[in-house]
Amino acid sequence: MDFWLSDDERDLQDGIRSFLRGRFPIDVVRAREEQPDGVIDPDRWRELADTGVFTIANDMGMRAATLVFEELGRSLVAGPLVATALTSQWVAGAGTGDVIVASLETDERPVLVDHPDQAHQFLALTDDGVVLVAAADVQRRTVPMPLDTLTPVAVVDLPVPSGTVVAGPAEAARVRRDAVLLTAALQLGVALGATELSQQYAIEREQFGRPIGSFQAVKHLLADMLTKAEVARSAVYAAACAVDGASDDDPVRAASVAKVMAGEAALFCGKSGIQVHGGMGFTWEVHAQRYWKRAVALDNSYGIIDHHAAVLAATL
Amino acid sequence: MDLRYADEENEFRDQLRRWLAEVLPHVPPEPHVHDWAARRVWDTAWQRMLHEAGYAGINWPKEFGGRGATPTEHLIFLEETERARAPYVGMNFVGLLHAGPTLVVEASAEQKATHLPPILRGDHVWCQGFSEPSAGSDLAALRTRAIRDGDDYVLSGQKIWTSFAHVADYCEILVRTDTEVPKHRGISWLIMPMDTPGIDVRPLRTMDGGIEFSEMFLDEVRVPVANRVGAENDGWRVAMTTLSFERGTAFVSELLQTMELVHDLADVARHITRRSAVAWDDAGLRKDLGKVQAELEALWALTKRNISEAERTGLVGAGGNVFKLAYTDLRHRLGEIALHVLERASLSMDDIDQLPTARHVHGRIHGLKMSIAAGTSQVQRNIIAERLLGLPKDR
Repeated sequence: MDFWLSDDERDLQDGIRSFLRGRFPIDVVRAREEQPDGVIDPDRWRELADTGVFTIANDMGMRAATLVFEELGRSLVAGPLVATALTSQWVAGAGTGDVIVASLETDERPVLVDHPDQAHQFLALTDDGVVLVAAADVQRRTVPMPLDTLTPVAVVDLPVPSGTVVAGPAEAARVRRDAVLLTAALQLGVALGATELSQQYAIEREQFGRPIGSFQAVKHLLADMLTKAEVARSAVYAAACAVDGASDDDPVRAASVAKVMAGEAALFCGKSGIQVHGGMGFTWEVHAQRYWKRAVALDNSYGIIDHHAAVLAATL
Repeated sequence: MDLRYADEENEFRDQLRRWLAEVLPHVPPEPHVHDWAARRVWDTAWQRMLHEAGYAGINWPKEFGGRGATPTEHLIFLEETERARAPYVGMNFVGLLHAGPTLVVEASAEQKATHLPPILRGDHVWCQGFSEPSAGSDLAALRTRAIRDGDDYVLSGQKIWTSFAHVADYCEILVRTDTEVPKHRGISWLIMPMDTPGIDVRPLRTMDGGIEFSEMFLDEVRVPVANRVGAENDGWRVAMTTLSFERGTAFVSELLQTMELVHDLADVARHITRRSAVAWDDAGLRKDLGKVQAELEALWALTKRNISEAERTGLVGAGGNVFKLAYTDLRHRLGEIALHVLERASLSMDDIDQLPTARHVHGRIHGLKMSIAAGTSQVQRNIIAERLLGLPKDR
């Protein structure tokens, strides 16, 4: 047993982190918020694809993919990362960033799709299996003001078109499990990103003549943020091992554990990050709010905390 | 990252399982929690069985009689013994996990030869005299004086939270040997035989009604200078070396017990009626217990992460603090859920009406202790914020 990053895994994570720092710094990411042509810059999306993020799950396994998606979450990279990555084996051009695939969750009302104006196809995981629906076939009304500006959504008019079944129910279950895990990896990254931003602020910002991070009330909040993020990290990495067969744990169950823990960590770190920033945390300008909003968007992808908690409770 | 065990680790586990299956049927039933004399016999008998089978001092170096097991093997040992419901370390705790490891690193050859073998054999029980009424979280503020008089130190003062003091043979004790220097630099680490005249142990009753630790009053207790471990006034460093023995395994048994507690509580909820419905029908309760279960599994993963870190670096970093803070907070939440399920039945600390009330109410009270013992949650947060996040120390 060695539940620590190998040298290769560390290199992989360092590599994607430095790429994202260079090409997807937070100011570049947020600059797309008010772009009339959408939150995804197609050229940069292809550049991102060139690093292999949309094919890594198939090429290198879920441990590698998880480490990469953690970094994507930390950088708040916009776009339907999970759906595009998990359909690249069926959708020509998804792996190279030429085709964007977003998700369509059909078992809730209203039915919402994300990235409605830039996705070329939508992925639905149904009783029939893995279903792909051409965006042109989906009647939808884009929401004027989404909660997370970088996660635009649209309401789908019913009935949802049937689309093309590209793989059976067993494959759909596998894709759902992997989607749960990769979403949890993004949430882990969001939790860590919010914590780092708040950590810097608590060190720099002074009130009463000293850094606010020297006050225990603030310090302890930050300690709680890091604690939740680190516990979530263990759950996410353990699930990645399980999915790769590098553990005796049930991978579906482990993915649910990861989604609960990373979901809670992202929401907690997101809201606490706003609190640490005080009045500035409530402004549009400061990035603190963006982590919380992304945390809400991701909690509502591939099963919210309550859903996965209920799944686990049923096994008690 | 790989959570699979190596062949030799599986072999170690299989061997241990076979041994446990063979010997556990011969272990007598556990004595009552308040019968300290019987508990000492029971705990030390188990330690002797471990010793004879080569499992004593599992994580101690081989040259001092231990098994020299890796952190992963230590984890397997704790997991298997807990799952087999073998006796726990009990009152051998201080000797095996704290005083002994300190002696291994810091003691003279003679001190080691005198004290290590009896700890491993279960012949000697140790207690810890660190905390004082005015030195809790701020341990270095301790005031128990040790004044040199010929070949002896003469000790006077008061210790508190001294677990097993009334049954122990020896005490690892921190005393002040210099009052003129900054507080960390005037402390020495001594081996104090508990039969020395002048020691008055007064058991402290705790909120669960039992006696778990004592106050210890010292009135001119003479301890030979030869019993000092490390240099005079270097005791703070000596005490801190034990922390380097913490390899992330401290809460393994607790965590596994807590998992059982959650399953048991779910079972209670399925059979108990609340406001004319089965408690388990409450989706909110199921969600809360599902979250607790998720966190327990995450903490089991964190345990393995801390152990792998120890295996690589020899030390658990702040992962140990993260674990303790999260785990004890979880115990509070679980305890509150348990009382919520039991409702008025939680007014009994004994089992009533075929309900396992005792373990859940005691479990709730255990949570109240755990967020204080071995570094309060507030101290853990300071450590995490200062060491991991680099926040300024002044408060």
